[in-house]
Amino acid sequence: MGIEGIGARVARKEDKRFITGKGRFTEDMVVPGMKQAVFVRSPHAHANIKGIDVSAAKAMPGVIDVLAGDELAEDGIGSLICGWMIHSRDGSPMNMGEWRPLAQSKVRYVGDAVAIVIADTRAQARDAAEAVEVEYKVLPVVTDPAETLQDGAPQIHDNAPGNLIFNWGIGEEEATDSALAGAAHVTEMEIVNNRLVPNAMEPRAALGHYDAAEDHYTCWTTSQNPHVARLVMSAFYNVAPENKLRVIAPDVGGGFGSKIYIYPEEIVCLWASKKTGVPVKWVADRTEAFLTDAHGRDHVTKVKMGFDADNRIVGLKVDTIANLGAYMSLFSSATPTYLYATLLSGQYNIPNIYGNVRAVYTNTAPVDAYRGAGRPEATYVLERTMETAARELGISPAELRRANLIREFPHQTPVIMNYDTGDFEASLNAAMKAADYDGFPARKAEAEGRGKKRGIGMSCYIEACGIAPSQAVGSLGAGVGLWESAEVRVNAVGTIEVLTGSHSHGQGHETTFAQLVSDRLGIPIDNVSIVHGDTDKVQMGMGTYGSRSGAVGMSAIVKALDKVEKKAKMIAAHLLEADEADIVIENGQVKVAGTDKALGWHEVALNAYTAHNLPGGMEPGLKEGAFYDPANFTFPAGCYICEVEVDPQTGKTEIIQFVAADDFGNIINPMIVEGQVHGGVAQGIGQALLEGTVYDEGGQLLTASYMDYCMPRAGDLPSFQVSHQTTECTTNPLGIKGCGEAGAIGSPPAVINAITDAIGNNNLTMPATSQKVWAAVNAA
Amino acid sequence: MYETSYHRAESVEEAAKKMGTAEGGKYVAGGQTLIPTMKQRLASPDALIDLRHIPDMKGISINGKDVRIGAATTHAEVASSADLDAVCPGIASLAGHIGDPHVRHMGTIGGSIANNDPAADYPAAMLALGAAIHTNKREIAAGDFFAGMFETALEEDEIITAVSFTAPEKCAYSKFPNPASRYAMAGVFVARTGDDVRVAVTGAGMDGVFRWEEAESALGSNFAASALEGLAVNEGEMLSDIHGSAEYRANLVKVMAMRAIAEAG
Ligand SMILES: Cc1cc2nc3c(=O)[nH]c(=O)nc-3n(C[C@H](O)[C@H](O)[C@H](O)COP(=O)(O)OP(=O)(O)OC[C@H]3O[C@@H](n4cnc5c(N)ncnc54)[C@H](O)[C@@H]3O)c2cc1C
Repeated sequence: MGIEGIGARVARKEDKRFITGKGRFTEDMVVPGMKQAVFVRSPHAHANIKGIDVSAAKAMPGVIDVLAGDELAEDGIGSLICGWMIHSRDGSPMNMGEWRPLAQSKVRYVGDAVAIVIADTRAQARDAAEAVEVEYKVLPVVTDPAETLQDGAPQIHDNAPGNLIFNWGIGEEEATDSALAGAAHVTEMEIVNNRLVPNAMEPRAALGHYDAAEDHYTCWTTSQNPHVARLVMSAFYNVAPENKLRVIAPDVGGGFGSKIYIYPEEIVCLWASKKTGVPVKWVADRTEAFLTDAHGRDHVTKVKMGFDADNRIVGLKVDTIANLGAYMSLFSSATPTYLYATLLSGQYNIPNIYGNVRAVYTNTAPVDAYRGAGRPEATYVLERTMETAARELGISPAELRRANLIREFPHQTPVIMNYDTGDFEASLNAAMKAADYDGFPARKAEAEGRGKKRGIGMSCYIEACGIAPSQAVGSLGAGVGLWESAEVRVNAVGTIEVLTGSHSHGQGHETTFAQLVSDRLGIPIDNVSIVHGDTDKVQMGMGTYGSRSGAVGMSAIVKALDKVEKKAKMIAAHLLEADEADIVIENGQVKVAGTDKALGWHEVALNAYTAHNLPGGMEPGLKEGAFYDPANFTFPAGCYICEVEVDPQTGKTEIIQFVAADDFGNIINPMIVEGQVHGGVAQGIGQALLEGTVYDEGGQLLTASYMDYCMPRAGDLPSFQVSHQTTECTTNPLGIKGCGEAGAIGSPPAVINAITDAIGNNNLTMPATSQKVWAAVNAA
Repeated sequence: MYETSYHRAESVEEAAKKMGTAEGGKYVAGGQTLIPTMKQRLASPDALIDLRHIPDMKGISINGKDVRIGAATTHAEVASSADLDAVCPGIASLAGHIGDPHVRHMGTIGGSIANNDPAADYPAAMLALGAAIHTNKREIAAGDFFAGMFETALEEDEIITAVSFTAPEKCAYSKFPNPASRYAMAGVFVARTGDDVRVAVTGAGMDGVFRWEEAESALGSNFAASALEGLAVNEGEMLSDIHGSAEYRANLVKVMAMRAIAEAG
């Protein structure tokens, strides 16, 4: 691997600028003449707009302009769309309501944008925003996903009767029903997956700059996928044609999914820049982030799992209501369907599965993919049910899982996915050993002596990553392909730029992608620069989400590197008068295998560009591009074990130990991978214990600041025990599965299983706050 | 935040004078409550008069068991004073558990009690210690000072200059923090000198900080956690919000009181 190649714990190249505060984020961008924007937002969760009077605001000091939805519509700016078509069970297409970038006739959640105010300073814009008079006729509100389907619930979008977006199914319903009917034991549960606010450290921002002389737009924005932003803004929102629109996502401070989507603000800033003739910058404050970033999860599910007399699962039936909020965000329809129900087989042999998902509108912030996206919801349903079934059946949760594990690969599940490889038992064993599972009863007894209730819980997860084979997702309704692109540019001195269509917003691509190149060519990672996040620099690419940058993004780099190597070898063979088949690239040298005839990598590069002596007919230069379209999803899997102590007097839960045993396939940089697991597990523990999103009956978000919304802090977390059991992914060249989401997917059920084990009451919802646990202890 | 002006006062008199000439002025100390409120545009003073640099309002002086803490003393200073910890460990430990390090290094005892947040920690200590609140106009007994949620006996322009109390023989503070804000969901300060026991509760009461008199009399004759068994605060007088029901808070009050007694020893 070399000291900087694949598998090396190289310190992150990007850390210096981030740790010293020298990152360059959208907020740091300055364009001459730039003005500041503030959005006027709806204070009501549901209301008709009777009129908007901007005259007082326009007259305020420093104000350049105040623009509202009618003007935006007059200029032909389109509505926001969901880019994944889902059909209901009856074959009808999903009922997508209109989402105007600036609401015109109706607002549907607190925070809905109504107008934009542009002024010299942000304070002036804010002052003027308060002076915009919007006359509302307040309508009844519904925020709960089950209530919104009931008769008489307020109608949110005219074209989604009863607030139902789709009623979708996957698997065989009849076969599943009959398997359950014949089961020796059926475990039934009702499971809530709590709504989460993503809380990226950097709030969303946009700077729109229209250059009238060039008739060209530039948009700096906090995006995980700038090319997708450009595509959508030009193809659907009619902001500008692609060749006249440059989207730059500079340093981006975390996304977790919430920065995949194209939001109203970047569209409006671009349009407003043309309208007013000044560059327009908007930066969300934390309250806006809470109110308007796409939230995550928010499912209510009924599940039935049937077992035969030998404790083998015979059938699984799941009925889920997914709350998509007030509007359908860009990939919102895919998250509770193809990213959720296709994982319902988990790590287990389940012959019959049926999943039904009803997606609904409510008067809440839009909901879309958030770290894990659908897979945490699936894992939570399955792993809470498995643990509960084990308790009901009176056998060890570990042994019930072991008895049902898939052991032969490839494995076709009843819900589309085809697992290429895995060794689930290896992770189960590793986790149990690391946690000293067998020693638990003694620890429980010891804790009891101190007045504490100790519990242990497990979760075996699988996820589908490496998103995604374009043809497959196309057949399932995706509006885009999910390949990735790369270009490897070798400079005349042998240094390299890699242009990647994936985007780094915390993942460490500048390091890991360079490690790949270093591994192949034997040159230092310092000689390799990774270029991303700018549509003018980088060829079309699909961005970063779904743990895809390694499995898909790096595979594209491998393909481009293959081409570069081939050409380099041809040049070297020509110069060294050797057979091309005998040329190898090692330690920065291009040499004839088994001889001391060699050229430095830089010499080959220089020759490619001087072109004084190239093989006949060869073009000068050394630069190759590639597109990689994955053949399958990848399937990271693992086993997590959580051990807790509950203080029965207060209900406070302390996590005593947390073990993560993961199979991510091959690993490029173990340090970065461990960091991804730590962060993911912290988020999962946050969901399980602390993070509750609460809307009141009027649709006001009560948890709109850190005084009320509790993010996990270091003191809430134990030191994690992390290990890896590796089976190589069989479908991509590096054998990588991906690691970005696992921690958030696998951990919540392990935590809740541990608490419910401790307190002897299975009736507990997330977040398991001290109050809820205390009440559950007393009800046990 | 709306536009405002800032004045750094060098003396109590200067601060009071500045306040007299400002139209809608406000004193600012650590700014940990006031500045976030202004940022959310819920307060819009046209002048901020900073008390934090007034020499007379800073520092801790201890004379035997008599303690005086200047109003502009930060929570971090109270938490890290070894002399204070020696005579009155309960208050030093209380200060060390307020918010986070940032808040502790900026926020002041005067600002905390002037604000009288129903979930703030210091008001419980002041009540249980029978402290005197010194202002530029008078001295107010803690029992008369706290007048319900965010309400105090202070007049508009009155400045708290210091608090003083006689350290009890034993004292301790036990707090169950709200995991998000770190303010108290229930915090109980217990102080004992001879048979005189005071139990003050913050974070839980509907009207802010209060003394749990039933517990005080039970503890007067038997200063042990077990003395509280069978007692309960009135659930009807407890706060109920998204973080904790009245029932839960009532439970926490009792548990925290028992823990404080155990710690006071
Ligand atoms: C994240 C966070 C967590 C917190 N956690 C806790 C906690 O766990 N426990 C807790 O008790 N508190 C907590 N606080 C509040 C903190 O202790 C504040 O310091 C305190 O409430 C106010 O003190 P200050 O010096 O910052 O006052 P400021 O914010 O400057 O002022 C508050 C009010 O008091 C007035 N005032 C200030 N000084 C005087 C004076 N000397 N005389 C008269 N009036 C005065 C001001 O005019 C203003 O109205 C927290 C605050 C934050 C931001």
